[in-house]
Amino acid sequence: MLAVIGTIPDNNFPLQAGLAKRQGEDLLIEGHKVKINRGTTALIAAAGEIDRLVSPKGVFCYLVGDIGRGEGSKKLYTYLQNHLKKTNFSTLVFHYILPDIDGHNRVLLAIEEIAKKPVLIADAGYMYAAKMSGQAPAYDLFTPDVGELAFLADEQAPHPFYTRGFILHEEKHVPDLIARSYAHENAARYLLVKGKIDYLANQQGIIAKIEEPCVEALEAIGGTGDTLTGMVGALVASGKEIVEAAILGARLNRLAGYLANPDPGTSVREIIKYIPEAWKQLTIDHF
Amino acid sequence: MGLFSFLKSKPKSSIPSKQADKGFLVFANTSEVIRAEKILKAQGFGIRVMGPPPEIRSGCDLVIEFQLIEALKIKKILTDARIPPLQIVPVKDPLLQPVDLFQVKDFGRHLMVRAANMKLTVDKENLVIANVSGGGCPDVPFLAQELVGKTLKQAANPLDIGHTLCGYALQLAFEEAKRRCSL
Repeated sequence: MLAVIGTIPDNNFPLQAGLAKRQGEDLLIEGHKVKINRGTTALIAAAGEIDRLVSPKGVFCYLVGDIGRGEGSKKLYTYLQNHLKKTNFSTLVFHYILPDIDGHNRVLLAIEEIAKKPVLIADAGYMYAAKMSGQAPAYDLFTPDVGELAFLADEQAPHPFYTRGFILHEEKHVPDLIARSYAHENAARYLLVKGKIDYLANQQGIIAKIEEPCVEALEAIGGTGDTLTGMVGALVASGKEIVEAAILGARLNRLAGYLANPDPGTSVREIIKYIPEAWKQLTIDHF
Repeated sequence: MGLFSFLKSKPKSSIPSKQADKGFLVFANTSEVIRAEKILKAQGFGIRVMGPPPEIRSGCDLVIEFQLIEALKIKKILTDARIPPLQIVPVKDPLLQPVDLFQVKDFGRHLMVRAANMKLTVDKENLVIANVSGGGCPDVPFLAQELVGKTLKQAANPLDIGHTLCGYALQLAFEEAKRRCSL
């Protein structure tokens, strides 16, 4: 089963641990309703679509309200430290959370106590904390965009905000940035780099490039990286190997984006609506 | 050369900056740094937000670099503003500098500006913020919620309502978008 860990941009949202249920354009978690929008809710909604289509087990969530002050994230780190060791999720996806090295390390120690180690996927703030703490190799998959990849490649930067200027974060430099990230041990076992071309790589090099369909507007749409991470997480939780899940997830995300016929002002909700159709078209092709 | 010509001060820009002349202010969180920066800049202090040295890094953090000679004055101002710094430390090694490069993509009607990991997209016809993407700190979805749908003029500065380095990066993208849209 998949568990997603993240935050909700509402300080009044209490810490919740439970299954996410879809209700129209909202998610319902332990009786708390939250609108699907960019961020962790988009990730959960996309994961939920795949879970429903592949092997319906549900998506478990650990969520807390945080608008950046970090109080919610702090509670979440402590909760995870105390509760994760007793769980048996097959896959954990870590997402928007205030990066905190100490909090991250406490959670990682708790994960090491789980009888069967889950597949660990990190995106957004949690990926920053994982890299900053020097524990990136403990993770199975990171899903950075090009700006975040430059940060992984910069062995001195504690946050993408400090990525040094000579580390050029342009699409054409992605293969070099991937190599540099692995050279400094700042990458997970696999990297799925989101961009005009999606790259799947490991320490040995680039495994796959996913280029079609190419919808340039997706880069500007907040949440399209979240949907990709969510779908890959759900595919891994369904039993697929990371390589297969990442390639299929990237193709699904692109196709759902294409079917939504977006412009740079489109909401990610419009793209999530097309995941079932993308699944239908791709799985006929895929299997 | 006149006898006392060596007493003439050189223009500021030609004096090499000595790390020892500088210190940095450490605060409890990024929100306090952002508030302190605003107060000190408004009072004309030549300060810069920078990355802390590794020994005091906790995660998503910033420090304020300042001229050590102004330490007492700055401490009093910030204490009066109820954000006293936790520590005042002399700079020994160069501090990390915030990103100052932008990537710009023109989609025709829309313009996207990226600063570090944050992207802000503006509809060039009406200057409405069409989307905010990227980032990983928890104020990013909140900032997107507050900014998207507003014009560059109407929208609050991300720095005024954000609390993290991603919020700070979004401010840089926001300023660059304004500059490119001639606002």
